Amino acid sequence: MTAEHNASSHPSPAVIARYADREVELDEVTVWSVEVHLEDCATCRARLAGSTTPDGGALLARVAAGLDRDLGAGPAPVRRRRWSRVRNRWLAGHLVPWLTMTLAVLAVAVLLQAAQPGLPSLVALLAPVAPLPGVAIAWSRRHDPAWELIAGTPAAGLAMLLRRTAAVLAVVVPALALASNRTGVSLALALLPCLAFTAATIALGAFVGVRHAAIGLGAAWGLAVVVPAVATAHLPVVLQPGSSGGWVALTLALAVVAASRADRFRRLSSHD
Amino acid sequence: MMRTVSAAETAPTTYPWAVHAEGLKVRAGRHLAVDGLDLTLGTGVHGLLGPNGAGKTTLMRALATVVRPAGGRLTLLGESVDGRADLRRVRRGLGYLPQQFGFYPRFTVREFVEYLAWLKELPKPAIPGAVQRAIDRVGLTAKADARMKTLSGGMLRRAGIAQAIVNDPAVLLLDEPTVGLDPEQRLDFRELLRDLGVDSCVLVSTHLVEDVVAACTDVVLINEGRLVHQGTPDDLVAQGGAGDAGDSPAERGYSALLRRHRAEAGR
Repeated sequence: MTAEHNASSHPSPAVIARYADREVELDEVTVWSVEVHLEDCATCRARLAGSTTPDGGALLARVAAGLDRDLGAGPAPVRRRRWSRVRNRWLAGHLVPWLTMTLAVLAVAVLLQAAQPGLPSLVALLAPVAPLPGVAIAWSRRHDPAWELIAGTPAAGLAMLLRRTAAVLAVVVPALALASNRTGVSLALALLPCLAFTAATIALGAFVGVRHAAIGLGAAWGLAVVVPAVATAHLPVVLQPGSSGGWVALTLALAVVAASRADRFRRLSSHD
Repeated sequence: MMRTVSAAETAPTTYPWAVHAEGLKVRAGRHLAVDGLDLTLGTGVHGLLGPNGAGKTTLMRALATVVRPAGGRLTLLGESVDGRADLRRVRRGLGYLPQQFGFYPRFTVREFVEYLAWLKELPKPAIPGAVQRAIDRVGLTAKADARMKTLSGGMLRRAGIAQAIVNDPAVLLLDEPTVGLDPEQRLDFRELLRDLGVDSCVLVSTHLVEDVVAACTDVVLINEGRLVHQGTPDDLVAQGGAGDAGDSPAERGYSALLRRHRAEAGR
């Protein structure tokens, strides 16, 4: 009996009609194999619906009416709002103060540039380190209240860090574009170093922790480039207009390094 | 509220213990909080007792794969989690409620449990049903759409328990889950624990000895990072005598075991 109901063959219409009829007793083995088959096969389910007996149909109608009554009396389904899902998964509320600070610093740079035209372009000098506070805080044990909960979930890792970094960049990049527009700095010169430094923070963060990487890179850039540039009123070589190609290559190389070390991001605690 | 059970869940397991630690060493900062712990946990509700500073929270963190062990071997659900193992598969079967449970204040309870369900990589069509079921099981149905900053301490703890059970984990780790619950809620929680302990391994760390005796099938006592005693609640009661400190038989057993362990360690 079971041989005719293996996975690749359908039960015969006669068997389905006997299954549908409440009066007829089918043996357990056949009933079981027919039910397992019906779970997957829509054709046979349609055939079963077609061979329902009148009192079987009446029973189903009574059950359906009762269910509708109970569902109508219960609470309505919760409305899923797409915006709240995007907000919950991509934005991290604890980033808001830090992003506000970044935007304020950029605004001050624009104003200073307007007030003191003799200074080298402050926006170009600050652009690489603009996203670093946001990236450092996005992943930080001290600032994310639900850190310990998130650290034990399967989704914790490089993908989550990149999602939060994208949220940071979504705020910082338009601000940089606006600031560079205002002060006459080329867009590529403002955005490419920014992306390169973000990639460098993530790549270095795989080894020493994202927060330490951000602090180290910010301090190194400040001491090595910003201070001499302001002192000598000259833009450094790395920020001259022809250097865009170099920044692109650097960004791509760092992205490859970060991707190859993705498994180091699984345990947050060893990196903060 | 029932849920569908997939064939993978009813398949027999190929590992002997859900949690198996051998000579486990875990650091908390610079201090070695768990120092050579041997522990095996199977299905059931296991109560974790011990004095403050015994390493209970650090042990929970290591079992939740939040902290990497500094030495020894740790196997969860048949897979080794020390070293460079792939943690995603193990973490899908874990549920964890930390002692200092942080949350995003502007989230509603439902959004919070949904966010955690999404982080635990539940299949997307299953998330709303699983969230509703978890919220119903902890008794927060009336407050499901309230913002978390408006909840009292006991309700927050229950929201935390809801996120821990939303993925029906095979290993559930609860660190002080009854803090802030009133006595009636503690009784409901014991019911929930008994229900959960039927087919998963639950480890509850608590200071309340009565909760352990009432709801747990197994008691684990640790002190200074080592295992002191593991056995049934009746074993714990049998260890104590009239001369030991405590108001209930279980408390007397607890202080007797600690006294003996400290005496041996001093020797």
